[in-house]
Amino acid sequence: MSFVEYAEFIQDGDVAIIFMSHDSMFPVKVQQGGQTQTRYGVIRHSTDLIGRRFGSKVTCSKGGWVYVLHPTPELWTLNLPHRTQILYTTDIANITMMLELKPGSVVCESGTGSGSLSHAILRTIAPSGHLYTVEFHQQRAEKATEEFGEHKVGHLVTVLNQDVCKDGFGVTGVADAVFLDIPSPWEAIGHAKAAMKRRGGRVCSFSPCIEQVQRTCAALAEQDFGEICTLEVLLRVLDVRAVSLALPDLGKEDEGGLPATPNATVTCRTAMPPREMAGHTGYLTFATKGPV
Amino acid sequence: MANNVDDSPDALCTIGEGDCVVLKRGDIFKAAQIQKNRKVIFEKQWFFLDNAVGELYGTAFEVASGGTLQPKKPKITESITEVREAGTDNRNIVDDGTSQKLTRDDIETLKGQGLKGQDIVQQLVENSSSFRDKTEFAQEKYIKKKKKKYENTVTILKPSTRILAQMYHGREPGKICHLRYDSLAQMLTLGNIHAGSKVIVFETCAGLVLGAVMERMGGHGSVIQMYPGGGPVRAATDSFGFPKHFLHTLHDFPLCKVQPLLAGRLSPDAQEPDAPPQPNPEGRSQESGGGDSTVERMESEMERETDDREKRREDKAQERKMKNEEKRKKQLAVAALLQPRNADGLVIASRLHPCPVLLALLKFMAPSRPFVVYSQYREPLIECYTKLREQGGTINLQLTETWLRHYQVLPNRTHPVLLMSGGGGYILSGTTVMAGPPKPTPPQSAEEPSPKRIKLQEADG
Repeated sequence: MSFVEYAEFIQDGDVAIIFMSHDSMFPVKVQQGGQTQTRYGVIRHSTDLIGRRFGSKVTCSKGGWVYVLHPTPELWTLNLPHRTQILYTTDIANITMMLELKPGSVVCESGTGSGSLSHAILRTIAPSGHLYTVEFHQQRAEKATEEFGEHKVGHLVTVLNQDVCKDGFGVTGVADAVFLDIPSPWEAIGHAKAAMKRRGGRVCSFSPCIEQVQRTCAALAEQDFGEICTLEVLLRVLDVRAVSLALPDLGKEDEGGLPATPNATVTCRTAMPPREMAGHTGYLTFATKGPV
Repeated sequence: MANNVDDSPDALCTIGEGDCVVLKRGDIFKAAQIQKNRKVIFEKQWFFLDNAVGELYGTAFEVASGGTLQPKKPKITESITEVREAGTDNRNIVDDGTSQKLTRDDIETLKGQGLKGQDIVQQLVENSSSFRDKTEFAQEKYIKKKKKKYENTVTILKPSTRILAQMYHGREPGKICHLRYDSLAQMLTLGNIHAGSKVIVFETCAGLVLGAVMERMGGHGSVIQMYPGGGPVRAATDSFGFPKHFLHTLHDFPLCKVQPLLAGRLSPDAQEPDAPPQPNPEGRSQESGGGDSTVERMESEMERETDDREKRREDKAQERKMKNEEKRKKQLAVAALLQPRNADGLVIASRLHPCPVLLALLKFMAPSRPFVVYSQYREPLIECYTKLREQGGTINLQLTETWLRHYQVLPNRTHPVLLMSGGGGYILSGTTVMAGPPKPTPPQSAEEPSPKRIKLQEADG
């Protein structure tokens, strides 16, 4: 397995996602002789995982069962160890499309954070693209490097431990796209421009606050970026269920009317929005660097 | 570090003859092909694209007289923005319809003189008696509005999913089942579309979804397009201008042969019903390059009237026979691709009821792979969800919708854009799993097993 290539069977050293339910899953590092405890009992890696197909149902020691899934960036996003706030799939999807990422793209990113977006970028730009990701927090940078190795995508990524606002991305004239998720993105716009190819490219900045967006847009305009566009995408997850509505008793008609059946109901299938939903993650500001 | 790979102007970034491009003016897009001496009509203007050849993608052009394009010099110094006098509020501005001293005829004359758009705007400002009393913001808005009308700048862009999805959503949402671009983005990501996988696509979105999938696969792996009716529709796919080698990874298979294939009764010799052209509006397949088709249609009509009809017919019969033979061979190859039932992805976006399509096509997928289904309406997806829960073999089912909001970001004038899209469709996504080993399809439905159910199932198996 790798995050950029599907495999059929689970092997020693793989990452697998143990799926118990929609809101109960976790990743495991598959190791010969390893064991994982779940609420349904223990999973023995050597017998229960290694050599089995991804997507299998695995029975645990107490008789309960779980599914073992092939990792994807989307499953990883839901299960990764948080070292920072992370970007979720809804925003990631729009960032990927609006930055026009595809196999072969060269991308600069900062900060690396917990690597949620990084994994999605790597999946999209493989096998021939490259990601230069900059993280000023040394421990996070090291942890990310380690994870990329474990996930067999290390060859596609360079992690740099420096301050992007001061020192830039460590590369010039190579990027098709730049992504910024830092507190003061306006200080990095110049570096973003320098990192990009002469023929131009796309840039995106993610900021939770509108004041950050305003300063970023001003900086983008000043640096001659075009097509500056700020948007926000909200995800509504709908809950499919059958609801039954009681029929009202309007009393008996005088003649010939059917006798009203007490407690009669009509059932219908519907999709309900949640009582509460994520109302804001961040504003996404996109822009284009034209050719020079 | 790797600073050496600077891209010298190569075929990738310069506009070439025959290229598929997208024209942009303001927020309006139009797909076109670069052809010499061919008139293009865009936003009530006509011009020739000849001069674009050799320029870089992303270049802005000005439409000069005679319809020729001239690369616009970057950063024209804005004379209008100099020396500003502005009011503070509009208490004394009266709408008496006489503030603009230039008449419509005057403006036409200015245009006729071949005056540049920018100069016309300047004239309008100078001849507006109320301009100086407007607030600074109102002045800016006025100029922006006039610029939009009189400046004829056209930018030529390289096609991409981003641009084409926005273009189709803006111009012809009916042709793509009102699939909004943020929904398309969700599909590509939730479907984990990437290089090297084997993806099944069923769409009636003019080939836009297919193109988007192909872009993400970058010519690595294989895409199998299932099509309804006589043939796949790829008008939008063609607008991407994919390199030839991408097409080697693209296969198609008629939807009407899915059941026979699943039942193992696909007879390769069965005569293909002579494919009639599709009656639907986007029915033009393969050869349509996104440009307007009237010329081609006229040509073909004239051809039909020529004398040597007979001979032509014979030739055509022969040709058709060969084509059918080739088609059958290809179909067998695609059947062989589907038969191992190990596809890595499934993407459905059509105006047909998704439920039967989904249930059938899921059977071609490997376990532990994501699938996505788009529908403009939520009800059919509710049905899909229910059926999948009943029959099992899938987990992690999620019915979602995204809302998209654009913002105007300007100093002291930041707010959401006034108009937003009301609906971008719904997406059902999920992951395939192996059907339980004891029986082909054990009736397990809940994602979270209660102890009771486990016992029941164990008793079953």
